Amino acid sequence: MSNEKIQEELAKYQASVEKAIARFPEREHLPEQRLYTPLDIKDTDYADEISFPGVYPYTRGVQPTMYRGRFWTMRMYAGFSTAEESNKRYRYLIESGATGLSCAFDLPTQIGYDSTDPISEGEVGKVGVAIDSLADMEILFDQIDLGKVSTSMTINAPASVLLAMYIAVAEKQGVSADQLKGTIQNDILKEYAARGTYIFPPRPSMRLITNIFEYCSKNVPKWNTISISGYHIREAGSTAAQEIAFTIADGIAYVEAAIKAGLNVDDFAGRLSFFWNAHNNVLEEVAKFRASRRVWAKVMKERFKAEKPKSMMLRVHTQTAGSMLTAQQPNNNIVRVALQTAAAVMGGTQSLHTNSRDEALALPTEESVMIALRTQQIVAYESGLADVIDPLAGSYYVEAMTNKIEAEAWDYIKKIDEMGGAVAAIEKGYIQKEIQDSAYKWQMDVESGARTIVGVNKFQIEEEAPKNLLRVDASVGEKQKAKVEAMKAKRDNDAVKAALADLKTACQDENENLMPHILAAVKTYATLGEICGVMREVFGEYEAHVNL
Amino acid sequence: MEKKIRVLVAKPGLDGHDRGAKVVARALRDAGFEVIYTGLRQTPEQIAEAALQEDVNVVAMSILSGAHPHLFPKVVDLVRNKNGMKDVLIIGGGVIPEGDIPALKEAGIAEVFTPGTPTSDVVDFIKANVKA
Repeated sequence: MSNEKIQEELAKYQASVEKAIARFPEREHLPEQRLYTPLDIKDTDYADEISFPGVYPYTRGVQPTMYRGRFWTMRMYAGFSTAEESNKRYRYLIESGATGLSCAFDLPTQIGYDSTDPISEGEVGKVGVAIDSLADMEILFDQIDLGKVSTSMTINAPASVLLAMYIAVAEKQGVSADQLKGTIQNDILKEYAARGTYIFPPRPSMRLITNIFEYCSKNVPKWNTISISGYHIREAGSTAAQEIAFTIADGIAYVEAAIKAGLNVDDFAGRLSFFWNAHNNVLEEVAKFRASRRVWAKVMKERFKAEKPKSMMLRVHTQTAGSMLTAQQPNNNIVRVALQTAAAVMGGTQSLHTNSRDEALALPTEESVMIALRTQQIVAYESGLADVIDPLAGSYYVEAMTNKIEAEAWDYIKKIDEMGGAVAAIEKGYIQKEIQDSAYKWQMDVESGARTIVGVNKFQIEEEAPKNLLRVDASVGEKQKAKVEAMKAKRDNDAVKAALADLKTACQDENENLMPHILAAVKTYATLGEICGVMREVFGEYEAHVNL
Repeated sequence: MEKKIRVLVAKPGLDGHDRGAKVVARALRDAGFEVIYTGLRQTPEQIAEAALQEDVNVVAMSILSGAHPHLFPKVVDLVRNKNGMKDVLIIGGGVIPEGDIPALKEAGIAEVFTPGTPTSDVVDFIKANVKA
C-alpha cells in the first residue's frame, strides 16, 4: 500500500473511531495516539537507524547472535550482614544456576566508613554486606573461584578500594588480575543526582574514575570499569527518556574526563557499560533499550570519533524496577517482575537481576529470590522471547516509540551540553529537579487515580501483616566491630601507617594514578575507613544542595 | 492570619533514597505547610538541632535502610529530652516492617507511614494531631 493510500484509509479509520467513541467512550488517561501505522515510521531509514544486530548503530542489539548464542547473564544482586552470610548466599546462587555474582554492600561500606565509626551505628550489615578490610573480602569470596565467576560490585565512591581488595583476594587464590571478569558501578555522577552515596566532590571523584580506567586498561583488561547507571535515576522518579538522557550525559562526562586525562578513547571505551531499569510499561521499555543503544553509538562515533566497534556498543545490565513493587498484595510483584523481565529481554540486555516479591517490605528471603531467578529462567527457556533477535523491531509502535525516546534524549543532552555538561548540570541542581518533578507527578497521578497501581489505589483488599520476612540479626554490628578490632590487633600497624602516608602523598599529586597506592594499602589490611579517611583529608567532602 | 505549621522533613542515617522524602516534602508544602528538608545523611543530633533552630511543629523522618529501630527513637529522645520540645509531633516513614511499628510507637513515633500511603494521609494526620 502506498503512503497516500494508507493516509486515505487512516482517515476513514479515524472517522469510524469518532463514531465508535460517540457510543462507547474510551478509557481516560490514555496516551494520545491510539494506533500506529507505517506512516509513523516512514522517515526511519532501515540501514541508518535500525540495521542489523551487531552492526552500527546497534539498535537491534550489540551482538550478531544475541541470545541464540547464549542467554543473558542471570545475575542476582545479593549481600547482607556479614561476609560469612553473604558468602553462603553466593554459593547457594551459584548452585542454583546463577551465572554471575552481584555484591550489595552496606551503607557504611558504600560511603567509606568502618563499622566501628559512630556514624555507622544501626546501619552495619543492613542493606548489604559490611566490608571493612581485605580480611572481610577474603571471607566473602571463600571457595569461589575468581578466575571463573564474574562479579559485579555495586560500589561507587570507594570503588577503587573495593576493586583493589578484589584484585588482592584473587592474587591470593593464584588468579592474576588480567583474568578477572566483572564490573564496578563506579558511577559517581548519578550518586549526586539520584542515589546519594557520594563522598568526595566531583573533581577528585572524576580523577579516581579516570585513574581506574587507566589502571584497568593496562592491568585488568576484562574488567568493566564503570556501570553508568540510569537505574537509580529511574528509581528516583524519572521518565524513561530522562533515564537514558541523563545517564548518557553522565557517560559523555566520563569519556571527556578520560580523554582530558590523556587516554585514547578506543583504549577504554570498550569497557564502559550501562545499567538500565526495567519498568512496568513493557513496550516503552523495549523502545528505551533500543533508543539508548542508538544514541550511545552516535555519541561515540560522531562526537568522540571512536573507531573500534566495541567503543560504540552500549552493553547493559538491567534490574527490574524496585520502586514499582508494592507492599500491598506482595505476590502480585511476581507478575510485575515477569513482565519487566520480558521487557529487558526483548530490549536485549546483557545481564539481568530480577527483584523479589517481598522487597517493598524487607530484604528478600531465599524462597523469594528463587522465584525471581526462576522467572528469568522461565522467560529464557519457555517463553520463546529469547529465540528470535529483537523480536519487536518493525512494530510501527515500537519503532516510533524508539524514535520518540531518542529525540527526547537528544533534547536533554543538548540542554545539558549548553549548561556545560553533566557535572555542571548536577551542580546547578537541574538534573535533580527534573527527576523530582517527574517523581512528584507520578505520585500525584497515583493519588488522583490517573494512574492505576493494582492493589494500591484499585482492587485493594484487607490483608494480614506479611509473615516470614527476612530480618538482619541485630547483633551483626557488634560482631563486625569486634572482628575489625581483632584484625587491627593482628596486622602490621607500621606497614599500614606507611601505606596510608604514601597514599596521602599520591593524592596530593594530581598526575599520580592512585590505584597502585590503594592496592598497596589494602594489602596491609588498612581499613576502608582509613583509606577513605586519607582521601577525605585531601579531597574534602561533597555537600548537596536541595531545591524542592 | 493563622500561623503556618512548620515541618522538618529529615533523612536520618546513611541511606540515599530520598524520593519519598522529597515527594512528601513537596506534598506538605503544597498543602500549605512550611517545609524544611534536611538533605541526606543526618545524624540524630543534627536533626534535633535543626528541629530546635527551625522551631518546627512536626519532625517527619524517612528511612529505607532498616536503621529505623536505632535512629528513630534516638531522634525522639533528643527532641523531647535534650531540646525539651514536648509538643512536637514526630512521625516516620519508609520501608518499615509492620512488626517494628509497635516498638517505634512505644518510643514516641506518633505514626509510621509505609509504602503505598497517599501523601494526603500524611497531610491529614498532621492536621489532626499537630499542636500548633
